[in-house]
Amino acid sequence: MKHTKKLNPLEAGMHTLFFLCGFVAVAFVLVITIYLVISGIPAIREVGLVDFLFGTTWASTNQTNPQYGILPFILTSIYGTAGAIVIGVPVGFMTAVFLAKVAPPKVAAAIRPAVDLLAGIPSVVYGMVGMVILLPGIRELFHLPAGDTLLAAIIVLAVMILPSIISVSETALRAVPREYEEASLALGATEIETYFRVTAPAAKSGIAAAVVLGVGRAIGEAMAIMMVAGNAPNMPNLLGSVRFLTTAVASEMSYAADGSLQKMALFSIGLVLFVFIMMINVLLNVVLKHEKE
Amino acid sequence: MEGVNLMSQPAGGAVQGVGATRSGLSASRKAYDRGLRALVWLCAGLTCALLLFLIGYIFYRGVPNLSWEFLTTQESLLKGTMGILPAICNTLYVIGVTLVIALPLGVGAAVYLTEYATNYRLVAGIEFATETLSGIPSILYALVGYLAFSKTLGLGYSLLAASLTLAMMNLPTIIRTTQESLKTVPQGYREGALGLGSGKWHMIRTIVLPGSIDGIVTGCILAVGRIVGESAVLLYVGGMDSTMNSFFASWDKFAHSSGATLTVQLYVFAKERAMMDPAFAVAVVLLGLTFLINLCAKLAGKKLRQK
Repeated sequence: MKHTKKLNPLEAGMHTLFFLCGFVAVAFVLVITIYLVISGIPAIREVGLVDFLFGTTWASTNQTNPQYGILPFILTSIYGTAGAIVIGVPVGFMTAVFLAKVAPPKVAAAIRPAVDLLAGIPSVVYGMVGMVILLPGIRELFHLPAGDTLLAAIIVLAVMILPSIISVSETALRAVPREYEEASLALGATEIETYFRVTAPAAKSGIAAAVVLGVGRAIGEAMAIMMVAGNAPNMPNLLGSVRFLTTAVASEMSYAADGSLQKMALFSIGLVLFVFIMMINVLLNVVLKHEKE
Repeated sequence: MEGVNLMSQPAGGAVQGVGATRSGLSASRKAYDRGLRALVWLCAGLTCALLLFLIGYIFYRGVPNLSWEFLTTQESLLKGTMGILPAICNTLYVIGVTLVIALPLGVGAAVYLTEYATNYRLVAGIEFATETLSGIPSILYALVGYLAFSKTLGLGYSLLAASLTLAMMNLPTIIRTTQESLKTVPQGYREGALGLGSGKWHMIRTIVLPGSIDGIVTGCILAVGRIVGESAVLLYVGGMDSTMNSFFASWDKFAHSSGATLTVQLYVFAKERAMMDPAFAVAVVLLGLTFLINLCAKLAGKKLRQK
């Protein structure tokens, strides 16, 4: 055994070491924010905040008159996310009710790992399956020249947010005290009435958290959408080729010249996306804090 | 006992009798019950069908293109054969390097936050920051990684820069899971150890860390899952070559090799080269990996909880 007195330098050393770890971790965290803000501002200042945020034309490669308006991307991101939520949340919530309450335990135990698997599948795989199945389907169905549309992106996003919505709302539904349901059943409500009018309202902040999480995932997804949305900088149109905030960054990132206004504008788009995500995070924190109270 | 309208129906809603069996319900309640029950089953069925279809379709398209040669060689234009060995090696390299960087830092930071730090407001601030950062989309990490590591540090398009970026991205996850399991170690154990004359580090090494190994392992597995599934960072920071890298030949090779991991390889096959057959084969490999990682997480969780 070592003696405590001999350990003292070691103790001090370890204290410093752990402090350094904590410090570096926090520094990493700060680096992200600082880099995003610093690199995002120059292009916004050059183009002008209003022209940048509300300009409807993006023509970054136009030699004579380049234009940097990102309203189409912002609106596409909002519409796309809203569409994915409208499809994904009801289906996900209902499946969560099924898994938490309605399903026989063995069935639920078989489905749950499958949902976990769905959550773990890399996004490019979703994008590829979308490319192969959705795009020809949409092209045929609506007689379009190409199937790369906002609609395809919405469907892919809806499928991608499904697992997180299911697992978070299921956890919330399970956390509702059994007594609430027993009281409701004893008072004559049927099981289904109990689940939807007692359990679900009692779990509403957890379900809200699931929705916010879904929004965050949908608005931040890049590669899967890149493969199905067509990437033309048009104003959003359900059956048209569109570009999201994320894909706007991704699609020009590899060929924009360093130091050009085009590349700087990409970082500004990143900053706008960052601000969106921060707003969602704050919302999530408010929702979760509400739940704790 | 009187019938009570428990549910939040609008005022004046029909008050029902006690012990509603389904046969004794009013028509509207019966419709509500049946409709929603059908909807629940329908949605659950839809989810399952979707899942089965996805997995079935990927296997149907991918398995015929999967062969031992595909997994263990690199693409050869001379022979006209496809191979993803470089992608597999690159993926392993990225997982290894990322964990070597992120794990000590993350665990160390978590230990500092729960065991050493005394300023509660600071700890809360840091916890909020890590929480927030775990929600940032990977494309933003790709931007920052490109700026910070490829440009500022001069690593260029390289897997090392990508690994550093991924370490940054996975730090919050590792810190959070470690912290959560550190918090589950009973305070009495710590007091007991300190009371018996142990130093703080000795106490952490012998009591706290062994007691929270489950959280650290879970954090690791989550991180591996995230690294395997990540594509944006790897594509824009790590590059997309599909030739073999010899990472360990020299320091220069170690630091400056670029290349595609499995997800990037899939993206390149599907989107850039419109070669769907090898893309689906890669998808099968990725599905298999995901399944394995989920299994590991579950087994590790179960085994460690028993201890």
